[in-house]
Amino acid sequence: MTQDASGYTAAGGRKIGGVLMEMKNITLRFGGVKAITDISFDIRDGEIRAIIGPNGAGKSSMLNVISGFYVPQEGEVWFKGYKRGPMKPYQVARLGIARTFQNIALFDGMSVLDNIMTGRLTMMKSGLLSQAIWWGGAQKEETEHREKVEKIIDFLEIQAIRKTPVGRLPYGLKKRVELARALAAEPKLLLLDEPMAGMNVEEKEDMSRFILDVNDEFGTTIALIEHDMGVVMDLSDRVVVMDYGRKIGDGTPDEVRNNQEVIDAYLGVAHD
Amino acid sequence: MFYREAGDFKTTYVEDSQTFPIKLDRWRYYAVLAIAFGVIPFLINDYWANAVFVPFLIYSIAAIGLNILVGYCGQVSLGTGGFMAVGAYACYKLMTAFPEVSILIHVLLAGGITAGVGLLFGLPSLRIKGFYLAVATLAAQFFLVWLFNKVPWFYNYSASGQISAPERTVLGHFVTGANTTASAKYLFCLVILVGLAWLARNLTRGTAGRKWMAIRDMDIAAEIIGVNPLTTKLSAFAISSFYIGVAGALFFSVYLGAVEVGEAFGIQKSFLILFMVIIGGLGSIFGSFAGAAFLVLLPVFLKNVLVGQFGWATDLAAHIELMIVGALIVIFLIAEPHGIAQLWKLAKEKLRLWPFPH
Repeated sequence: MTQDASGYTAAGGRKIGGVLMEMKNITLRFGGVKAITDISFDIRDGEIRAIIGPNGAGKSSMLNVISGFYVPQEGEVWFKGYKRGPMKPYQVARLGIARTFQNIALFDGMSVLDNIMTGRLTMMKSGLLSQAIWWGGAQKEETEHREKVEKIIDFLEIQAIRKTPVGRLPYGLKKRVELARALAAEPKLLLLDEPMAGMNVEEKEDMSRFILDVNDEFGTTIALIEHDMGVVMDLSDRVVVMDYGRKIGDGTPDEVRNNQEVIDAYLGVAHD
Repeated sequence: MFYREAGDFKTTYVEDSQTFPIKLDRWRYYAVLAIAFGVIPFLINDYWANAVFVPFLIYSIAAIGLNILVGYCGQVSLGTGGFMAVGAYACYKLMTAFPEVSILIHVLLAGGITAGVGLLFGLPSLRIKGFYLAVATLAAQFFLVWLFNKVPWFYNYSASGQISAPERTVLGHFVTGANTTASAKYLFCLVILVGLAWLARNLTRGTAGRKWMAIRDMDIAAEIIGVNPLTTKLSAFAISSFYIGVAGALFFSVYLGAVEVGEAFGIQKSFLILFMVIIGGLGSIFGSFAGAAFLVLLPVFLKNVLVGQFGWATDLAAHIELMIVGALIVIFLIAEPHGIAQLWKLAKEKLRLWPFPH
């Protein structure tokens, strides 16, 4: 595989574009604890990028840095060719970065439809007064966005549950609804924090299919954290491996699989 | 069986997202409106207006307002009495300063002023949550009541420290003062309530409502999907206070006529309206009506039964009544923590099939 500024050709002949997001020398500390130490990597337009590593390696912290939840003490975050200053999470969302959570973070009191509609909040423009009067502007806007949301509902095959309160759904479907909510925002970059955690084989297969379809049909760039190595190796174009807050490997699945440092981190190494 | 959805197909998203998607519901709603506007005004007398209908209508407005804040946005407030006092005093000052302006405009302006005050006292909600926020709003309650007692400018330096509403008309009918008829009072409050309830329903089903509920259910996730917690919480505080201010203005000008702030808008009022919201159902406009009806009607009903039927002494009946209402609230919260609105929903789901098993 050859890589340059304009991108590369991934498995299956997909064209991967230039750099969408670049992390430069990121260091994140919580008091005296270093969660992330001097990590740099990039995410290219249209690729599926996995971040893996043993528990406590700092993967979720990395995702939280990308989504603006944590501000790193050192290092720079570049997105779409611009350096991103310290931002609130809701401002990052407006840049076109959406995410799902390791432990589902849906709005339990609302229906599936309403949950997915919240994904489009940043695009809804009508003011409070026009919403209060409803007829005219607000209703028209609502219907337009409803149409977009229905497409995502069809895409993820959750038509039957659209009016069900989220609290009543089983785990696997909740994960899917959360993906739907993230997709509703039409993100440029989609962050998935352990999308397959706690799922059985069929559910994992479904979810993998959806991730590939999202990447394929919408051209969404995806960065995901996952512990299921089979899934990671099959889905992703490039993999970052972290251990104890440092980057120990970066490359295609094959390169990473044969990296001695990665093997040591996962299997352990004899100290003598 | 009684509650049919079969054959009621929706072919547009607008139809699918209407307030009463089931035909029977829609008709019942029109029927209630027709009775409220077309029948009750001709039958109402002073007793029914003062004991039941006018307090019910005004408390409904306040309950909708508090429900927006507590039920939809998840921010606990114990300052309702204080905010009602702001509405009442703002209305009084406006009525005496600009006698030629319509009282309808004064009432709405009083709501606007209360919205501003609510915004101010909502600022701590950005930093503190839950019980701590409740204590902060409790401070608002005590501060506002103290303020209206201490500063004579608010009650126009009257000797008694009370404020009393001058006579005002709408469309040639008195709505405040001694010459007001029962039906005029009732209709004035009803029109304002129906208008505000409709606006509240629109707000809560659209973008604003989703933002509020997102903050309520999980504020971190809400922020990640692009909800600005600052503007969202403050908008809930402002709109909620607007409703409560309007309710306070009506409570003073139309219902009581003369008000002493500690008595009419004390901490008990805050708790009463919070109970209405909790018993009626958090996060439901219908629940606000149901809760207001429950807590307005129950004491009247008990009084009629105890004094009228059993012939008990009035003071004994009053004490027993307090105990029964209190006990009922506790029983209610244990049996159905989601309030009357949830009971209503369950009943409807049962009625869809009843009496058939499938």
